[in-house]
Amino acid sequence: MLGTGIIKGLATTAKNFVGSFHDPERMTTVEYPEQQIPLGEHYRNFPFLVSETAEDPMGTLRCVACQICEKECPPQCIYIVKSKDKKPDATGKQQLYPVIFDIDTSVCMSCGICAEVCPFDSIKMDKVFEIATTNRYTGLLLDREQLAKSNAYYNEIRPAEAAEVDGRLAVAREAAEQKAKAAAAAKAAAAPATPSPASAPSASAPQPSPAAS
Amino acid sequence: MSAVVASESFLERAPLQLRDAVVAYFPEALQWLVHHLITITVILTVFGLFFAFTTIAERKLLGRLQNRLGPNRTGLPFFKNLRLFGLTQPFADAVKALTKEDIVPANADKLLHFLAPVVVVSFSLLGFAVLPYGRNLIPVELDAAVLYFFAAGAATELAIFMAGWASRNKYSLLAAMRALAQLISYELPLLLSVVPVIIVTSTLSTQDIVLAQGGWLFGFLPQWHVFTPWGLAGFLIFLVAALAETNRSPFDLPEAESELIAGHLTEYSGFKYALFFMAEYFGLTALCGLGITLFLGGWQAPFPFLEFIPSYLWFGMKLVAMIMFFIWLRGTLLRLRIDQLTRLAWQFMVPLALINLGNAGFWILTTDWSGPMQILRWGVSIALIVVPFFFIGRRLSLGRGPRTYSYATS
Repeated sequence: MLGTGIIKGLATTAKNFVGSFHDPERMTTVEYPEQQIPLGEHYRNFPFLVSETAEDPMGTLRCVACQICEKECPPQCIYIVKSKDKKPDATGKQQLYPVIFDIDTSVCMSCGICAEVCPFDSIKMDKVFEIATTNRYTGLLLDREQLAKSNAYYNEIRPAEAAEVDGRLAVAREAAEQKAKAAAAAKAAAAPATPSPASAPSASAPQPSPAAS
Repeated sequence: MSAVVASESFLERAPLQLRDAVVAYFPEALQWLVHHLITITVILTVFGLFFAFTTIAERKLLGRLQNRLGPNRTGLPFFKNLRLFGLTQPFADAVKALTKEDIVPANADKLLHFLAPVVVVSFSLLGFAVLPYGRNLIPVELDAAVLYFFAAGAATELAIFMAGWASRNKYSLLAAMRALAQLISYELPLLLSVVPVIIVTSTLSTQDIVLAQGGWLFGFLPQWHVFTPWGLAGFLIFLVAALAETNRSPFDLPEAESELIAGHLTEYSGFKYALFFMAEYFGLTALCGLGITLFLGGWQAPFPFLEFIPSYLWFGMKLVAMIMFFIWLRGTLLRLRIDQLTRLAWQFMVPLALINLGNAGFWILTTDWSGPMQILRWGVSIALIVVPFFFIGRRLSLGRGPRTYSYATS
């Protein structure tokens, strides 16, 4: 009969009303600043730069200033200036590093392409969304000091992904170490045999190539 | 206000005595003016505050009806940790509305654009003048109070069209035309639902209508009009029509956000917007007050042993209950389409209201029936409501439902 639907609806909302006072399970919202719902594993917001340690973030930045992210960034919000000198990177190889690394988060569209294209696993997507500032120019233009966060933090916000990256880097580091060791051994082997230079390269040359690849 | 009946309790007479004491301080020539100014001030203060707390109650209740908490943050300035359940929210809203920039469109008719919110508030306040708030509390006792109430209330339609026209905005104009169509459609069932009360009590004075609902059946049952078949039907029609008259959900078409931005309020900001908002709630409160007066026994207590509570508190409690019911409806029902809205008015409510008019006539003609004839009288009266409701209701939804949706399961 006409009107029964309205009564059913009224009963439903009345149930909600009573239930909302004694059944916390029903509540669809939380009181935000005090209570926070944990973010999903793949939630992403703005990029950050990964450093090996929290104590010396600038010295241990993984970034080698290759500028791939700068070129790939669709809204062009990354600005990088390469260094003149070199320092060892995550795998101990001598590399350039960024003197300036700026991200304008007011322009960034959180696409995550920078993190996807980075061959050095040095730029990753952060989960911090409480970024309100009082100045839209200086407050939202982040420099490398503000962007740098430690690997431990990365492990904390994305455990699965970070573990995979760490494993890959460990393999690379080991390979580099072996290569260095082999080079040192080759050098040591070559040192006494200085008079016969023809035999030394033939012995040491095949060894570094698998490690390098 | 009416003459004081001597045989009443102190609380019943306290507001009048207070007013008379204040009036006595003024010279004889000014006393009539002070008398009325005090009445006006009290009405503006009481219903202004009532409006303020209705808005917060509405937001909190709607939240609860949808399993949310509703606003609960606003505290007091300088007391950071004091929240007071967010009850000071309306005052924060008022400050915000007052300090907001008042934008008038360059092409708008400046005078009408300014006048519309003023007119809508003043006309919606006029209705409060004739409502009997208590046994002795009625601001103006008119012989044709009900007629006056509807005449004053109908003028707000003019103001809404004024707002829509003056804004020179297509959304505003369309919404204003919709609002007019809606208000005129529902004015008819609203008036027709009230007429039976006037037929039965044979008076247009609100105070006399309330007095006619006094006395107790078998010594303890209230004789409110809502407890008679024609009264219940009239009350239900009145409720639906009042919802539509005050532009409230599910009849809030004039401000259907998804279609018309904010309807006739599109070009209003700041305090002018707040005035429209205020007028809507004043109109709702006044119509609820009239509904209570006509059908729910006005200021009468529901049981004889509860008569020690002052009559104006009974009126207040009934008013709060009515407003809460309207909020409950708003939290439940979906907005109608414009064709559904007008069809409901013309094909369903108007015929039912007309039949109910005949029902009230039958009720009047059979007042001298007694004994078993009394049962027959009730039976016929109930049948006169239920049978047309069933048949007209079935015809209304014939071939129109239940709907099936390819993308949703019921």
